[in-house]
Amino acid sequence: MAETMTPLRKTALNAVHRAAKSKMVDFGGWDMPVDCCGLIAEHMAVRTAVGVFDVSHMGDIQLRGPGSLAAVQHLCMNDASRLAVGQAHYSAMLYPNGTFVDDVIVHKLSENDYLIVINAGTREKDVQWVRQTIGHMPGVHVNDFSDYYTQLAIQGPRAAQTLQKLTSTDLSTIKNYWFTWGQVCGLHNVMIARTGYTGEDGFEIYIPSDEPTSARVWGEVLEAGAEFGILACGLGARNTLRLEAGMALYGHEISDTINVFEAGLGRYAKLDKPEFVGRAALLAIEAAGGPGRKLVGLEMIERGIGRDGYTVFSVEGMRLGKITSGSPSPFLKKNIAMAYVPVEYTALDTEVAVEIRGQMVKAKVVPLPFYKRAKKSA
Amino acid sequence: MAYPADYRYTKEHEWIKVDGNIGTVGITDYAQNSLGDIVFVDLPKVGDTVEAAKSFGSVESVKAVSDLFAPVSGKVTAINEELKDAPEKINTDANTTWLLKVELADAKQVDGLLTAADYEKFTSEETGH
Repeated sequence: MAETMTPLRKTALNAVHRAAKSKMVDFGGWDMPVDCCGLIAEHMAVRTAVGVFDVSHMGDIQLRGPGSLAAVQHLCMNDASRLAVGQAHYSAMLYPNGTFVDDVIVHKLSENDYLIVINAGTREKDVQWVRQTIGHMPGVHVNDFSDYYTQLAIQGPRAAQTLQKLTSTDLSTIKNYWFTWGQVCGLHNVMIARTGYTGEDGFEIYIPSDEPTSARVWGEVLEAGAEFGILACGLGARNTLRLEAGMALYGHEISDTINVFEAGLGRYAKLDKPEFVGRAALLAIEAAGGPGRKLVGLEMIERGIGRDGYTVFSVEGMRLGKITSGSPSPFLKKNIAMAYVPVEYTALDTEVAVEIRGQMVKAKVVPLPFYKRAKKSA
Repeated sequence: MAYPADYRYTKEHEWIKVDGNIGTVGITDYAQNSLGDIVFVDLPKVGDTVEAAKSFGSVESVKAVSDLFAPVSGKVTAINEELKDAPEKINTDANTTWLLKVELADAKQVDGLLTAADYEKFTSEETGH
């Protein structure tokens, strides 16, 4: 059987993760660390100090040429004409029916150059979708840069202090969701973006994907953060952090069967821009009075953990929908979940029941996100 | 990882230590390590009966939920109350942090379980893939 299986893809840091005895799992065809030294410790390091993630499995698509803005505008639901050079925003590529091809981060590299960061598990599908959707448009070249970078996410209240030791770029000049190029660990032209997927302040850096360079930078980041208690973090902590922060994960909160309004991401769909794939469907849904079901946050009232796929019922026993992500929250010390339920059940404090191994366990609707970091005055 | 030689093991990663007609049951070091940070243990009540190879409860880590399988049949005589508030003790020492004690219905069932050497071989094959 092993011969017929596709070998797992590896990032340039695979040997480093294995040497560190991180627990490895198959994540969308990638051999990735799920747990480096204990999920809860990693999670808390990011909330209270700093953690570093290998996110090289994410994909990167570059759209280049005089037609690149028109291409991004057709392809993605947010309004890229509002981006300045050096700015990024959350967006999504939609199917004509308003459901998700993928959620993405669009970076404006220069007037005629955009970088779209996509999810790991959807890379091939996304690249194919981009080529098929805008390949015919004039003045735009599509480049799949997915394997060109090792991507590290340095996240947490001490992320800036950690990374500042390794770069001459004044990080305080980079605002949230902006990026620049600078020297990092002696490497030139490293893209440094103030972005992340944890709900904390942090940076994502894009370095060459060769093994020695990747391993050296990874080591230098860990060393720079040592005084703050930095931990190497795995996908397990990445998932619990983004769940607390109420962020969508493809295949869970968003997919090709869930539309933008259901997912609560309507504010990123700029229906006032003239045209994009999925716009007509979204307008029709809006005209019809909005979606029939919506994503809500749930907090378990009774003992038990609602997991992905568990069924949610009304207290009267009517089947409402399913949990899309559920876990104990290491920071809030509550059992939390996100689930799709009919709009009549989305009011805060509405009691519902989650079926956990044959038993009905009470939960209630709570605001999303579950966790929001305190705004700093500086 | 350590697997005491005087315990017997299941392929579902439970251990049992038999003393007279009482078996003390826990999960193995391999199991706690695979699960990661344990946050919740769901156990039967004293007086309930458990059946060999059938699920009697579950253990949950942040990441996953895993069924617990009884190594033997019998009546539950005690459960480890400490785990209600401190399930993470299993991560610290899986070999001494027991889950429940069972009055054996049939002592011969123990003979059918894996020895420490068998279990170690079994887990090394499992991780070899």
